Amino acid sequence: MARGGQTVWSDGTFTVRPGAVVGVIGPNGAGKTTLFQLALGLLAPSSGRIEVLGAPPRRGNRRIGYVPQNYTAALGEAIRCRDLVTLGLTGGRFGLRPTSAAERAQVDDALRRVGALDFAERRMSELSGGQQQRVAIAQAIVDDAELLLLDEPLANLDLRNQQEIVRLLGDLHRDRDVTIMVVAHDLNPLLPVLTDAVYLLDGHPHHDEIGEVVQEELLTHLYGTPVGVVRTAQGDLFTRAAWRDPVHQQENAREAGA
Amino acid sequence: MIAALAGVEFQSNWLQVLQSPFLRNALVGGSLVAIAAGLLGYFVITRQNAFAAHALAHIGFPGATGAILVGVPVTLGLAVFCVGGGLLIGVFGRRVADREMATGTILALATALGVLFASLASANASTTTSVLFGNLLAVSDDQLVIFGAFTAAVVLTLAVLARPLVFASVDPAVAEARGVPVRALGVAFVVLLALTITMAVQVVGTLLLFALVVTPAATALRLTARPVRVAAIAVGLALASVWGGLVLSTMVNLPPSFFIVSLAVLAWLVVLGVSGRRGRVAVAAVPVDRHHPH
Repeated sequence: MARGGQTVWSDGTFTVRPGAVVGVIGPNGAGKTTLFQLALGLLAPSSGRIEVLGAPPRRGNRRIGYVPQNYTAALGEAIRCRDLVTLGLTGGRFGLRPTSAAERAQVDDALRRVGALDFAERRMSELSGGQQQRVAIAQAIVDDAELLLLDEPLANLDLRNQQEIVRLLGDLHRDRDVTIMVVAHDLNPLLPVLTDAVYLLDGHPHHDEIGEVVQEELLTHLYGTPVGVVRTAQGDLFTRAAWRDPVHQQENAREAGA
Repeated sequence: MIAALAGVEFQSNWLQVLQSPFLRNALVGGSLVAIAAGLLGYFVITRQNAFAAHALAHIGFPGATGAILVGVPVTLGLAVFCVGGGLLIGVFGRRVADREMATGTILALATALGVLFASLASANASTTTSVLFGNLLAVSDDQLVIFGAFTAAVVLTLAVLARPLVFASVDPAVAEARGVPVRALGVAFVVLLALTITMAVQVVGTLLLFALVVTPAATALRLTARPVRVAAIAVGLALASVWGGLVLSTMVNLPPSFFIVSLAVLAWLVVLGVSGRRGRVAVAAVPVDRHHPH
């Protein structure tokens, strides 16, 4: 996959199974967003073959729901949540035909599923970051997408909102068997729902089950900085920055040698 | 100041003047412009095209003076330069940041050309003034036909494009992924905007264009965020400004541009004041989010 004359990544062969919840991880600039753009048909691979939901990628595939990065930052004063979700259903339609009752019901259903019905009549600019993200997800699922692509959906959210969005993704996955791919630079908040991960290591994408990916050696290599993996007695898994004060490290080394 | 104001005189025969043919043309022409400008305002604001709209009006300036120079109708010169300028801005400035710079540069060049053409055509000061500040009272029958055609083109095209254009304007990334032809819609919009500005320049002039294109829609957006309602309110406000401005200008025999703009701005200020106060009360009275009581 090359972009602007530069190879972003190459030699990736993997298959994401339907119904998986996949974290797309890797350091900044590794090509995580590029992977989504390929799946959406917004970019073509310079060589190789991609299939999404059993067919070559094409723009405007209604079976894919997409929530871009910094999504909410671009939207403001001029649109209500409900209207934005409606655009996800009818926004590609030319001509004057009004929104039908069935379509309105579909919009209501999507808003209800993400818990956004209470503030559906408000403008996007009046909502908190977490609420805006819910509306964005409602727009992505309103057309009954089978595959959801979310680009950094947890960025700029506080801990509580992060957890609520993750729980929402878990619910969507469970209730509708939606396949979900999430670009994230921080794995921790997503670990409870992830089943798999695609990681972009040394310019090549790899795919594995999440348990195989969350390993100290792999993550340290992936991010180019020491990463520790902790498993608690309750079975919770989380990663942490394992950087040590050099003085500390010398002491550790001395102890180890002793 | 007092001496200057002494020139303002109430015209007791204003009702008769209102019924004269040139005022009928002004009323019809102004209304056509108000409809087109009111409809496009929502998109100018959501697409962050206000500066481009302003620039297009200036880019029309050399078109108008150039038309005088070569002896073709002013409207034609305006239309050619506005549409051409709009397409240039579209080509050079795909991103908003680039567009600001491209627009500014093209704007400066166009204004320079306008001065040159005006000088070469030895256009007199009043011709230049009427391009810069508009002259609604000089709208001819021929111009009315063109205005009618332009407004019909804007209304009909918008009727077809409205929904995808709203999508592409407020949410371009998702719209593109959804298969909406975002770039083609952008080009179509610029052409519609150029046609509208071609007309508006002749009503309120290059320098006062915002009053019809941006201000009514900005006022409407304070009241509602529903695109159809914004368009309806903006058209209503623009029409009211044009009609009221014409009546007032007839009463005191002063240029209509001043009154049209003043009325549009007045409506904006009133709504700003009222909705601002109401907005604060609403925020205090209603919890913004059940999960986050403030």
